[in-house]
Amino acid sequence: MVVMNPSGDVALQQRDLILVATGLMLLVIVPVIALTVLFAWRYRAGNKDAKYEPNWDHSTQLELVIWAIPLLIIIVLGAVTWVSTHVLDPYRPIERLGPGRLVAKDVRPLEVQVVALDWKWLFIYPEYGIATVNQLAAPVDRPIEFKLTSSTVMNAFYIPSLAGMIYAMPGMETKLHAVINKPGNYDGISSNYSGAGYSGMKFRFYGMSDQGFAQWVASVRAKPMPLTRANYLQLEKPTENVRPMHFGRVDPQLYKAALNMCVRPGSMCMDRMMMIDSMGGGGKHSAEPKNGVGHAEGALEKQPEEKGAPGHWSTPRKPGAPGAQQPGAQQNRDLTLNRTPPAATPGTRQSARA
Amino acid sequence: MSATHTAPPAGAEDATKLAFYQIDEHDHPEGGSTMLGFWIYLMSDCLIFACLFAIYGVLGANYAGGPAPKDLFELPLVAINTSMLLLSSITYGFAMLAMEKQQIRATQLWLAITGLFGATFIGIELYEFATLIHEGATPQRSAFLSAFFTLVGTHGLHVTFGLIWLVTLMVQVGKHGLIQANKRRLMCLSMFWHFLDVIWIGVFTFVYLLGMLR
Amino acid sequence: MFENPAILKTIFGRLTLESLPLHEPIVMGTFAAVAVGGIALLAAITYFKLWTWLWKEWLTSVDHKKVGIMYMILGTVMLLRGFSDAIMMRAQQAMAFGANEGFLPAHHYDQVFTAHGVIMIFFVAMPFVTGIMNYVIPLQIGARDVSFPFLNNMSFWMTASGAVIVMMSLFIGEFARTGWLAMPPLSGIAYSPDVGVDYYIWALQIAGVGTLLSGVNLIATIVKMRAPGMSMMKMPIFCWTALCTNVLIVAAFPVLTAVLALLSLDRYIGTAIFTNELGGNPMMYVNLIWIWGHPEVYILILPLFGVFSEVTSTFSGKRLFGYTSMVYATVVITILAYLVWLHHFFTMGSGASVNSFFGITTMVISIPTGAKIFNWLFTMYRGRIRFELPMMWTVAFMITFTIGGMTGVLLAVPPADFVLHNSLFLVAHFHNVIIGGVLFGTFAAINYWFPKAFGFRLNEWWGKLSFWMWVPGFYVAFMPLYVLGLMGVTRRLRHFDDPSLQIWFVIAAIGAAMIAVGIAAFLIQIFVSVRNRETLRDTTGDPWNGRTLEWATSSPPPAYNFAFTPIVHDGDAYADMKVRGYDRPMTGFRAIHMPKNTGTGVILAGFATALGFGMIWYIWWLAAASMLGLIATSIIHTFNYKRDYHIPVEEVERTEAARTALLNQNKVTTA
Repeated sequence: MVVMNPSGDVALQQRDLILVATGLMLLVIVPVIALTVLFAWRYRAGNKDAKYEPNWDHSTQLELVIWAIPLLIIIVLGAVTWVSTHVLDPYRPIERLGPGRLVAKDVRPLEVQVVALDWKWLFIYPEYGIATVNQLAAPVDRPIEFKLTSSTVMNAFYIPSLAGMIYAMPGMETKLHAVINKPGNYDGISSNYSGAGYSGMKFRFYGMSDQGFAQWVASVRAKPMPLTRANYLQLEKPTENVRPMHFGRVDPQLYKAALNMCVRPGSMCMDRMMMIDSMGGGGKHSAEPKNGVGHAEGALEKQPEEKGAPGHWSTPRKPGAPGAQQPGAQQNRDLTLNRTPPAATPGTRQSARA
Repeated sequence: MSATHTAPPAGAEDATKLAFYQIDEHDHPEGGSTMLGFWIYLMSDCLIFACLFAIYGVLGANYAGGPAPKDLFELPLVAINTSMLLLSSITYGFAMLAMEKQQIRATQLWLAITGLFGATFIGIELYEFATLIHEGATPQRSAFLSAFFTLVGTHGLHVTFGLIWLVTLMVQVGKHGLIQANKRRLMCLSMFWHFLDVIWIGVFTFVYLLGMLR
Repeated sequence: MFENPAILKTIFGRLTLESLPLHEPIVMGTFAAVAVGGIALLAAITYFKLWTWLWKEWLTSVDHKKVGIMYMILGTVMLLRGFSDAIMMRAQQAMAFGANEGFLPAHHYDQVFTAHGVIMIFFVAMPFVTGIMNYVIPLQIGARDVSFPFLNNMSFWMTASGAVIVMMSLFIGEFARTGWLAMPPLSGIAYSPDVGVDYYIWALQIAGVGTLLSGVNLIATIVKMRAPGMSMMKMPIFCWTALCTNVLIVAAFPVLTAVLALLSLDRYIGTAIFTNELGGNPMMYVNLIWIWGHPEVYILILPLFGVFSEVTSTFSGKRLFGYTSMVYATVVITILAYLVWLHHFFTMGSGASVNSFFGITTMVISIPTGAKIFNWLFTMYRGRIRFELPMMWTVAFMITFTIGGMTGVLLAVPPADFVLHNSLFLVAHFHNVIIGGVLFGTFAAINYWFPKAFGFRLNEWWGKLSFWMWVPGFYVAFMPLYVLGLMGVTRRLRHFDDPSLQIWFVIAAIGAAMIAVGIAAFLIQIFVSVRNRETLRDTTGDPWNGRTLEWATSSPPPAYNFAFTPIVHDGDAYADMKVRGYDRPMTGFRAIHMPKNTGTGVILAGFATALGFGMIWYIWWLAAASMLGLIATSIIHTFNYKRDYHIPVEEVERTEAARTALLNQNKVTTA
């Protein structure tokens, strides 16, 4: 049970909290269940020896106890909650690597920029100028600072052995601080349903020694393929069960553009739009800015010919898919066929309204 | 029955005097709960507006690089519109006074005047909407405009339904006179109408006045 | 093939032959089964010439008892649909490992889990809860009907209309693939352009109107129509919990209406409220839907708390322990229900202080809830507990719900939620409280009040089989999910790689199979009981030695409930009447003033269904025509001033004389 036996200090503290909270609650849960069984047995109609007081329905002392016991437990638990929520706030840089081991003052956390795409994870390492898909690595005992966003819908970034999850949302940035304490190969998942390819939206997370990590960075860097904006727009299109990819170079402004939904040429960045808004807007007849995949038109504005088939269709099982005979064959996958990628969804505004 | 059941609770000595059924019962007048029920409905409707206000509060400054309230709103027009609705509330009050005096014609006359004010309000609102859309400030242009049209439009839709209801009631009063059932209906519409007035004051303050200040 | 597709688009909107899931064997099989069953049912009704009876006595009935029973039937039918979805999910997850993709493609599986959640909450739990309240409240407060009988009938039909729309999605087009709360941007038109989310929106919107109106109705009923002498603090505790639930309904459902309306605007007009672009904010949707969604779970559970209170007190042969603190606990829960919504998304990145605030308010709810559990315990203490079926369900509830409550408080600790949110641990938790609370409570209520509603008890053997399949079945099905959650497995997954997980899913599937037997046993229980109704007959009107007013009248009660309105002197009104040796009046009956049946509710719901269908498929003419129909029917209905009639004295005398005879015969046989 990975949640009960994690390898990162943050997840470890969260585990401890689960145990403490459960223990506190068992103080009242166990007696309640025991009393239920006991009373049910002792006061069964067949047992004529037991006392029967049909009009006994009130006892101030007993009611005080009844209200006081849960109250006391909740006071203790509430205090634990207040403290632990602040200590384990995902936005707060971590202060310790493990029990009794504080983070040295001069340590710079490893920054990883995470973009949730349909249906895979893009990781950008600004410090090293590299990027990967569905593969994440970090050196053991070095704090990691994740900055997360999403290209289309809401996702949640979750490595159970490392730390708790955090949502990744389009046009917004969330943060997560964590550290991995043991080398190893861990599961990483999307833990918020995000559409057809959600089941396959997994990645591997490697905890590595400093040396191993350096080697890994070098091997990624050696890959010729760069992650340019054009490549990103290709990558962004919906795909399922994507194998890990490495990009030796990455456009340094890419994450910022993805966060502000303006990777596509000609689109206006959210931060710029918000700046215009804060100065009082763009006035009448200003051109409509394009962000992300473009603003979809409502049904009433669609042309009759656009009203037909939806974008996502289920496909019948593919002819020639080997199924169980050949696990992992590509034909087994893509059970959802995306006939029209969002970029070309009918009804998407292609140009600004005059 | 078990033995303990025979021990009566305190005060049972006068059991013979206690009545357990209302022997001399008359029909309950119809509609005894209507006012309460309608009031509860209005409160739930109020929550719908609360949500729309909340949405407007959050999205009201997201112009998406487009027009802001200052570019769009014409306060004199909105002020006239507001006065239409306020006046209609007053004339509805006169209709209720006439109703109390059992004056069918006067009630209908005041209702008609209320309806005219309401229709003018809707007319001016539609004119405002048409102007905005003509200026490119469509509901689709930005979150601010979406929230604006939704909030103001929902209010306008309520007034429209109020008008349909008002006409229906005028016919019913003409047909059956000011009978108890019709009076009850007029009271309900009265609450509805004044409620919309109150909501509009909120709209006028939060959307138009504060919008111009922003 | 067709000359002019543009004309067809105008007539049929986006409905084409392709919208029929002809290539989905599972759906087509279901369709065939439903069609055969439906035709058989319709044929039987026609053959036995039951249409007039059905229309006059049931469909158009404004009698709260009949409306209540129709709600229960709706809930039961939809339970079968929702449970079929559950079985499909369990089967898929038990087999889809490694190379095996299971039998459901994502397109289908994602609809299944969405439909399961939507159906179970809106069209199973809600009808059950509303049905129980509808049936019991007027009887318990000594009234002859609810405040607005026509509205009551219409509310039911609006709920049914929503259910019909959900069922339509199975055979025409598809249902939403978004999860049961349809969070944007995924549910926006950019990412879900198909009809699924539209089905979702219109089903909930129409059913929501019904729920809201029934909430208004029941509040007015409880506040205005209590029997003389029944002060608020002498109301049966079930009425208190029902009152609080309906306050929650009235204060929460408008939020759902608003938020769904806004989502429809985004989808139909293209506004930018919950979009990623042009300044929209999807997080607003998440907040608003949970401002409705959290009170919703208390809407479901509170009336069942009332049921358990009534059952515990009746079958322990004792007054309820701590009535006053029970009332205050209910009211406190009602208020706190509005202060906790954010705990559903601690992981959205609110600050630590916000998260702790909502975490702690959530935990505070466990204090009144804990007090309730203790109160039931001490009601049992020094009682004479008869373990009839309702009491068995209650004891099972007390143990199960305590466990569910504990895991709930655990999830309320934000840092713990960070590792358990969206996991199968969470899924196990809410099934633990909803099955352990709402469903067990519903079964307790059905077994408890069935004799009242139909005049005969339910068969005990099949009831016990159902109980012993449901309760252990629940544990077998959901304890593995707690384990899987702690293994870091999230919800809504269609396929897994790690083979070590499979065993747990297989165990869970076995549990689901046990529950299936439990449901079957429940249906057989009803069938067998109807067949043996003469031997199970309740002639007293008071089969359990009850304590509240509904047991003071006959089983089933006459249309007017009470020939004379009872006068209440004590909280346990009927127990008090029995102790003091009340006399049932035998003479002096009067004609009784009652509301008349009307078909308007059915017609309005029919138009609402057509409106929904037109909007879903972009058939604008149909939508506009139905909207006109709705408005016109409503206006025409207001022109009908004669909505009541009198049950003639002779009929009342005849009915009461029959009851007297029955009671006398009873005395002879027991003597």
